[in-house]
Amino acid sequence: MTISLALEQLLNGIQLGVMLFLMSAGLTLIFGVMGLINLAHGSLYMVGAFACAAVAALTGSFWLGLVASLACAAAAGAIVELLVIRRLYDRDHLDQVLATFALILIFSEGTRWLFGSFPLYLDIPPLLQGAVALPGDATYPVYRLAIIAVGALVALGLYLLIGKTRLGMRIRAGESDREMIGALGVDIRTLYTLVFALGSALAGLAGAIVGPLQSVQVGMGEPVLILAFVVIVIGGIGSIKGALIGALLVGITDTLGRLLLPQLLTLFMDPSQAGMIGGAAASMLIYVVMAVILSVKPRGLFPPAHA
Amino acid sequence: MVLTRENAVNLTLAVLLLAVPLAASALGQPFYITLATRIAILALAALGLNLALGLGGMVSFGHAAFFGIGGYAAGILASHALSGEPLLFDLSGTAQMPIIWLVAVIAAGLVALAIGALSLRTSGVYFIMITLAFAQMVYYFAISWPAYGGEDGLSIAVRNQFPGTNTMRPLNFFFVAYAVLLAGIGLFALIRASRFGAALVATRQNEIRVAALGIDPYRIRLAGFVISAMITALAGALYADLNRFVSPSMLAWHMSGELIVLIILGGTGRLFGPLAGAALYVAFEFALGGLTERWQFFLGLILLGVVLFARGGLLGLLAGKTKHG
Amino acid sequence: MKKILAAATMALGLGASGLAIAEPLKIGMITTLSGGGAGLGVDTRDGFMLAIKQSGNKDITVVTEDDAQKPELAVQIADKMIQSDNVDLLTGIVWSNLLMAVVPGAVAQDKFYVSTNAAPAALAGAGCNKLYFNAAYQNDNLHEAVGEYANKSYKKMFILAPNYPAGKDSLTGFKRYYKGELAGEVYTKVGQTDYAAEIAQMRASGADGIFVFLPGGMGISFMKQFAQSGVKIPVMGPGFSFSQDVLPAIGDAALGAKASGQWAPDFDTDVSRKFVTDFKAEYNRLPSIYALQAYDAGQLIASAAAKADVKDTEAFRAELLKADIKSPRGKFKFNTNQHPIQDIYLTEVVKKDGVLTNKTVEKIFADHGDAYAKDCKI
Repeated sequence: MTISLALEQLLNGIQLGVMLFLMSAGLTLIFGVMGLINLAHGSLYMVGAFACAAVAALTGSFWLGLVASLACAAAAGAIVELLVIRRLYDRDHLDQVLATFALILIFSEGTRWLFGSFPLYLDIPPLLQGAVALPGDATYPVYRLAIIAVGALVALGLYLLIGKTRLGMRIRAGESDREMIGALGVDIRTLYTLVFALGSALAGLAGAIVGPLQSVQVGMGEPVLILAFVVIVIGGIGSIKGALIGALLVGITDTLGRLLLPQLLTLFMDPSQAGMIGGAAASMLIYVVMAVILSVKPRGLFPPAHA
Repeated sequence: MVLTRENAVNLTLAVLLLAVPLAASALGQPFYITLATRIAILALAALGLNLALGLGGMVSFGHAAFFGIGGYAAGILASHALSGEPLLFDLSGTAQMPIIWLVAVIAAGLVALAIGALSLRTSGVYFIMITLAFAQMVYYFAISWPAYGGEDGLSIAVRNQFPGTNTMRPLNFFFVAYAVLLAGIGLFALIRASRFGAALVATRQNEIRVAALGIDPYRIRLAGFVISAMITALAGALYADLNRFVSPSMLAWHMSGELIVLIILGGTGRLFGPLAGAALYVAFEFALGGLTERWQFFLGLILLGVVLFARGGLLGLLAGKTKHG
Repeated sequence: MKKILAAATMALGLGASGLAIAEPLKIGMITTLSGGGAGLGVDTRDGFMLAIKQSGNKDITVVTEDDAQKPELAVQIADKMIQSDNVDLLTGIVWSNLLMAVVPGAVAQDKFYVSTNAAPAALAGAGCNKLYFNAAYQNDNLHEAVGEYANKSYKKMFILAPNYPAGKDSLTGFKRYYKGELAGEVYTKVGQTDYAAEIAQMRASGADGIFVFLPGGMGISFMKQFAQSGVKIPVMGPGFSFSQDVLPAIGDAALGAKASGQWAPDFDTDVSRKFVTDFKAEYNRLPSIYALQAYDAGQLIASAAAKADVKDTEAFRAELLKADIKSPRGKFKFNTNQHPIQDIYLTEVVKKDGVLTNKTVEKIFADHGDAYAKDCKI
């Protein structure tokens, strides 16, 4: 394998990791502040993608679609929080799992009701089309580089938001002591709605920016939801930093595993067999990594101090 | 047995489940026998999960793995019995349900031991997500493993046999499933009343006190998790025989979700909760599916309503509050 | 000429319904109407219902139910339709894994099954059955055709499919006819959404052509990402990778892709033009290949129902075997394993009046059967 191919694959791994980070950041934030496990996070990802595709098709502008996706996902999140989620904070995880599982059914079938059964079309905005040259003779799509940049910006933004702002202070306070923050006169119900809407907007953003890469269709949120679970379990549930490291780890492991395992196996068997068995092993690799990490650190790499 | 309100409701449920297929058979509507069999088997699967979830407080989101392993045990053994190829070394396949059940239970028990040993080092949300992730691992393995059909699944040409009865007749197979379900409920009741059961419930309620009594809560939980997986695997073997087909969709995470749904619909931790839940769920699926293509939407709404407003599930409504929290 | 043909078709249609023996036929259609794969099921249902409507046979009733792409649910519905609704014939399943779950049980209960799409090898060879017909193809056919076509201009192909039985059958089918060298053979995870790593591998492999089999959303993702990557290697695939149900979602990224198919909407025959016009008039969209296959299945069933009573299994089967229909794809007859023998064409994705569609380029196979028929002993 040449250096340029290795570099390209590393970038692919990072880019996949960044995508997962956008998903897991919202998930882990909501868990960290409200102690809520939200299976419907993948549905908000789908809402973001559909909103972006629909608005882009209507107006011809991806950027308006992007704004719409943030707005729709945040609004959907806020509505769901007001109607359903806020009744679940003092329930056990079992009720939360079940209620948000029910939400998945409602969101999926509802989206199909609105948009029909066929996948929607969404393309890269003209500004980000094309590819740039990498060292060696390889090239890399501009859009994927842009995704990496968006991920870095979101990570920085979350760091500033939580570390430097009043809202962030309340979020941190909410994470460490829920009764205390109420006693301090902070309107905790509004805070929770805000945090849930923020997490949902992040999922919607992730959905919108993968829309041009993938098929915008009902059920698109489920595979990525399970990967996001793996990420936050590895990173430590409730930790944004853990989500970032975990997402990059999963992204790179998955990409390189898919590439290297079949090649490794060609040393022992014919290429067709190696492709099948290597492919099968690669699809399980991240779960193995998760198991290994948990057997050493049962609460993930960066467990939040209080939990 | 004291005839409390809950016992009366339980008895009614058990009798109803028996009466429906008998009536259907008399009226020449064999499909309802199949539906009742499905209820009995799903109830057994949920009963297994209820041991971990209701008694031990272990919210496993990966029990589809054990359900599927049971199913594949039935499918694989039956396919080897049919083809005559040896399974391992000189061991051949079999079409005898009791042997299949034994293999299913042992295989799932071993896998549960490995998954549980790792997963039970954590708790709460970690446990939920890790069991989910391990089940996904088994799922991907089943999809990409070529020997037994992968994604296409494995057909069982002739339903496996149970000594002394012709299981190809729907009513006979229902009786087998019904008997196994009753035995499962009996076992659950025995475990709940035993010292082990008390310890399992105690690990959920107050782990520190259990540890102070010199019992290792980890081991109690692990034992509970493994037994729970074994019961669910037994149901999986029956389910494969009901459909005469097994595929990775038995291992999919939606299945894990559905098993949890059954328990909550019926009433968490209750002896007959899984049966009540399974009956309700299958009836919903059947009735809504006939009415509208969008039945999943309405199923979601109903589930949401149950979680938010009808805690305690169907049995909670019918039989009043439970003494097991 | 056209007029005469049209008149002849009409006369035939009238004749058929005039002759109809008024024996009721109840059809159970199980197909995917909810979830990610619902688009295919909707096309299947619509194509089928169009054929039944056009047959004018009032004694045919169709009950339709959604399988949600779950094998267990499909089995349950099949049992219900057979045991409770008393249907005579089942049809409509899109996916091989669901078909494998339903067909053995259905034919064991003496019901006909006419497949509108799925055609696993297991039911085409030694496992074939007198009551099981396939009106679409055998799963391997379209992959074989691309393999044959690739021989012409490509020396080093890179081939890719998901890691599941249909994916393996696909690459096996391709290799059965392709004689050149392989630059790579990759199996991806089922449901994979990001193909950046595989695309980089393709470029690095020095391949001069690419064959992909990625059904549904996987194919949409791959084609979009491939177009964005700037890699300029020609892409080929089986027809359903670029069928009318996915083309709008792939967009211009699909332009120029070559595929194999037993039919394309631009077929220059009266029967095909009439089918496309009627389908558009009824549903306001272009028919996909799934709609065509279901349409032919509907025609087949209606043609047999006009001549024989379904309760007379042998007579009904004989009528089905005659394949006495006007298929939009042209020639159509049944092989010994009750799968089609038909021509297979090369198509190319083009834009016509602003709509992406498939254009027929050339014939790859004439009267093509399948590799499993010889193992079928009916």
